[in-house]
Amino acid sequence: MASESEILEGLAEIVNEETGIDTAEVELDKSFTDDLDIDSLSMMTIVVNAEERFGVRIPDDEVKNLKTVRDAVNFIAGAQA
Amino acid sequence: MTSPSATRVVVTGMGATTPVGGTVAESWDAILAGRSGARPLEFDWVAQYQLPVTFAAQLHTPPDQVLAKVETRRLDPSSQYALIAAREAWADAGSPDIDPERIAVAVGSGIGGVHTLLNQWDTLREKGPRRVYPLAVPMLMPNGPAAAISLELSARAGSHTPVSACASGAEAMGYAVQLIRSGRADVVVAGGTEAAMHPMPIAGFAAMQALSTRNDDPEGASRPYDISRDGFVLGEGAAVIVLESEEHARARGARIYAELAGVGMSADAYHITAPEPEGAGAARAMLEAIATAGATPADIAHINAHATSTPVGDVAEANAIRRAFGELAGAIPVSATKSMTGHLLGAAGSLEAIFTILALHHRLAPATINLVDLDPEVGLDVVRGSHRTLPEGELLALNNSFGFGGHNVALAFRTV
Repeated sequence: MASESEILEGLAEIVNEETGIDTAEVELDKSFTDDLDIDSLSMMTIVVNAEERFGVRIPDDEVKNLKTVRDAVNFIAGAQA
Repeated sequence: MTSPSATRVVVTGMGATTPVGGTVAESWDAILAGRSGARPLEFDWVAQYQLPVTFAAQLHTPPDQVLAKVETRRLDPSSQYALIAAREAWADAGSPDIDPERIAVAVGSGIGGVHTLLNQWDTLREKGPRRVYPLAVPMLMPNGPAAAISLELSARAGSHTPVSACASGAEAMGYAVQLIRSGRADVVVAGGTEAAMHPMPIAGFAAMQALSTRNDDPEGASRPYDISRDGFVLGEGAAVIVLESEEHARARGARIYAELAGVGMSADAYHITAPEPEGAGAARAMLEAIATAGATPADIAHINAHATSTPVGDVAEANAIRRAFGELAGAIPVSATKSMTGHLLGAAGSLEAIFTILALHHRLAPATINLVDLDPEVGLDVVRGSHRTLPEGELLALNNSFGFGGHNVALAFRTV
């Protein structure tokens, strides 16, 4: 079980590794596509890496609902609960 | 055949990352110093698969020392090398501000993204389809390197990937000349790239007995024209040049290294891998390159030979040179720079084109190393011992490249 801040920190590292975006840029209210300019291929990699890191399953149907970083953090926290 | 009177195409920038240097300047210094880039392969897989060949001419400067981390992650090594070389070439050309719709890319590869293809196959088998990297397909596709350069430079006139095994890099340069002469582009970033330092291609080349097995002497293994040669040494890297119409280059005040004056291409249609022993097709390519340069065989002052160090190939090329040049053949200084770089496959022709350009630019033909006993069947004036000074005045030099599949490409460069 990871806290929300731990999930955010881990997610930021995953985003940085895949896209080179600075971890400090990965903030809760940022949109993956509009603010961080992350394309769908990168998003799929981030999702799969997050699954492995946090021990959760993020169904493909769910990915389109993860518009902001907060959406992703909340989903992962909920899936871990 | 291109008319000799067509638009003149000139070289205004060069970039390379090779087994002997991380840049063109470093690589050329190594060539003049006679330094080999071959060394033992320090990977677990050499022992794991009991490979019959345990050395190669590996890249001098690892790409992670040059590229951003995200670039090394999202690009196959073949694209990484190409991008490094293209950035150097573009900067060397003065990073010109040009209408993107007038810039094209022509960068070939012999094998393509073989690391990605095979590593992702391992991932599929070990971890399942969900773990296969979403960028696997664009990373493994052979046009990936050209696409990466097109994106980098916003080159929108066209992005092209000639594939002709070990002639790919040279064919890309020939195609670039056509793009400029046909008016489709003013500037073309052209060359080749190869990253096949993986056990499977090594095993494949070894299985066809193409590789030297001189495991106890990596630096002495690539020995073109020597009587004891026993195969090529696998190399890797990329070499890219910036070509533009002379008019365009002059208008922007660019430094011009040389003219890419003539291009010759032919196919052997003889055997899938073996060169046609009489060298008829290769000779035709050389003569076409010379003719399209508006020159005659007597004008050729230097040849950078394909000369991979295989027993059959070196003699077939020598036969082709004698066929093309007749009595002149024995008087032309020939260099075999693969003796130092190893064989960069799809990047070989483009790297040797750069060495040919530099030979003209500095007026010296590099020495071939490891040539102790010249094979009497060769019958050429192979430069060895130390480099040879080339004469003053207008000079032409020829660069030969041949590939599995019977591809023959010859490029003729002229001093400016």
